[in-house]
Amino acid sequence: MRATLRRITLVVWIGVAPVAVSEDLASVIHASFSDSGQATLMRLEQDPLQQRCSQPRDERVDDDIAMALRQERLNAVVFPEDGNFLGDWQRGSAVAASGRGLQSNDDPSIANGGNCYACHQLAPTEVAYGTLGPSLTQYGLRGQSEAMLRYTWTKLWDTHAFNLCSHMPRFGAQKILTEQQLKDVMAFLLDPNSSVNQSAEGPSSAH
Amino acid sequence: MAGRIKIRAQKKGELTEVKALMRHPMETGMRKDQAGESIPAHFITEVAVLHGDQTVMQAHWGAAVSANPFLGVRFQGGQSGDAVRVVWTDNQGGTGEGETTIR
Amino acid sequence: MRRQSDDAMTLYRFVMMIPRWWLLLLMVVPALADEGIFDQYRDLMGDDNPAIFVIDEGEEFWVQSQGPSAVTLEACDLGLGAGVTRGAYAQFPRYFADTDRVMDIETRLLYCMETLQGRDREVIAAKPYSLRGDFGTELEALVTWLAAESEGMTIAPEQAHPKERAMYAMGEEIFFYRAGPHDFSCATCHEQSNKRIRLQQLPNLTEHTEVAEAYGSWPAYRMSQGLVRTMGWRLQDCFRQQRWPGLIFGSEVSIALQTYMAVNAAGGVMTAPGLKR
Repeated sequence: MRATLRRITLVVWIGVAPVAVSEDLASVIHASFSDSGQATLMRLEQDPLQQRCSQPRDERVDDDIAMALRQERLNAVVFPEDGNFLGDWQRGSAVAASGRGLQSNDDPSIANGGNCYACHQLAPTEVAYGTLGPSLTQYGLRGQSEAMLRYTWTKLWDTHAFNLCSHMPRFGAQKILTEQQLKDVMAFLLDPNSSVNQSAEGPSSAH
Repeated sequence: MAGRIKIRAQKKGELTEVKALMRHPMETGMRKDQAGESIPAHFITEVAVLHGDQTVMQAHWGAAVSANPFLGVRFQGGQSGDAVRVVWTDNQGGTGEGETTIR
Repeated sequence: MRRQSDDAMTLYRFVMMIPRWWLLLLMVVPALADEGIFDQYRDLMGDDNPAIFVIDEGEEFWVQSQGPSAVTLEACDLGLGAGVTRGAYAQFPRYFADTDRVMDIETRLLYCMETLQGRDREVIAAKPYSLRGDFGTELEALVTWLAAESEGMTIAPEQAHPKERAMYAMGEEIFFYRAGPHDFSCATCHEQSNKRIRLQQLPNLTEHTEVAEAYGSWPAYRMSQGLVRTMGWRLQDCFRQQRWPGLIFGSEVSIALQTYMAVNAAGGVMTAPGLKR
């Protein structure tokens, strides 16, 4: 609906003089891009979530549509079939550090990374971290209750289940990371031995 | 293209400041092309800056210097109107040079 | 196709350019690590940047006879009249009556190369930007020189014509358009202030002061590239990192986004060619 409103606004604004302007933004976008490596034009087709979230931060409205979308995302989360949420934190650390994957110049046969450090602080000894997302240092202090495991998994799988229109990628729902990689990232966050949960000076005894 | 050097030389107090941009691929020899073949090493090995007949700087370069090297040098002396040259030789026997006058 | 070894070698070369002791600074002072170290590098380089030489190259291309017509670009109309280059860049993107469309500086140059010099636009458009290790393309050099011809001037893209205003509106829509497997839009990185990705500060392109500084400093010599890069190139590289398909050179999306940024930046000052990491 928001996209339609914007299109109407566009037409009204330029209504003073008759001009041939494409009202179909999607077709203009489509014509401006070409297939490149594994990044094909199909990627430009928006799903309902992307459509809903394509507007400025301060124009987002928390209405019934938003509520319904959030619930739908929550219902669509796929939890590990074996019920085991935690993998290997060292492998998870490598996933977090790797920024490769799904770009036009990336080799599709190489595993994708999560690129977590692009946006988050994680292990306190790693200074090259971004600030687009909150710091996750010492995340493991939250413990490993069933609720915390499910919450963390859901955030990784599809953050929109809790925070609609967040800019964090949907690592599970969009198949960016495999189930095993997600488990490894879970361990990177929650394992008390993980580098994320150490103090800057050395190993922590907090559990 | 290879052999092209652009130079500026300017008096700054007692010093003459020389800046030069060299066009050179500076291939390390470690890269492979699309077919998987090694791209041959091709990089500048010797660079010199001359003020008139005098060599004011001489350097041995290697593969670690980036493509299209940008060189900055300051030396004592030099007067406006003096000739300054930059010359280089690469590992494949190629050469380049450029000349300017001090402003 | 770039490979990991290429990236590693590029990083190695870049690191070798920096005096070694600065790497220690990078490790022990995280607060400075985002831009402080590059400010110091800039000071060391003085008031020149390697782009000064690319400016000269651009001017040489402007007066060089090329193409089947064996003519220079000196009659090219960049919006201020045939051959007027002073201040032209600062007023792009703009509507041109002879093409009945809004154009950015790169598409306008391509148009002049085609119509004045008789050159094949497809050939130029096939490789407008350098690949790593190249010497810089003609287009990059021309854009650099033209930007320098507007240095110090006020950013003032034309918005009088309805098509110019429509281009701005479209640019704004595209800016927030989320797509691809990561659901990224331009806004993902560029709608907030004081954020960074890894250690790279991100300008808020919706906020006037920040977008003016960002827009006004392109084209720029990119130290990591060893080349001057244009705004058109920057947009292509953004979309690659956003996991989108390839942005076509001179496309409507490219022009629209440049219009969006230029208008948001209007009133700011052109400082290009800039010097960036």
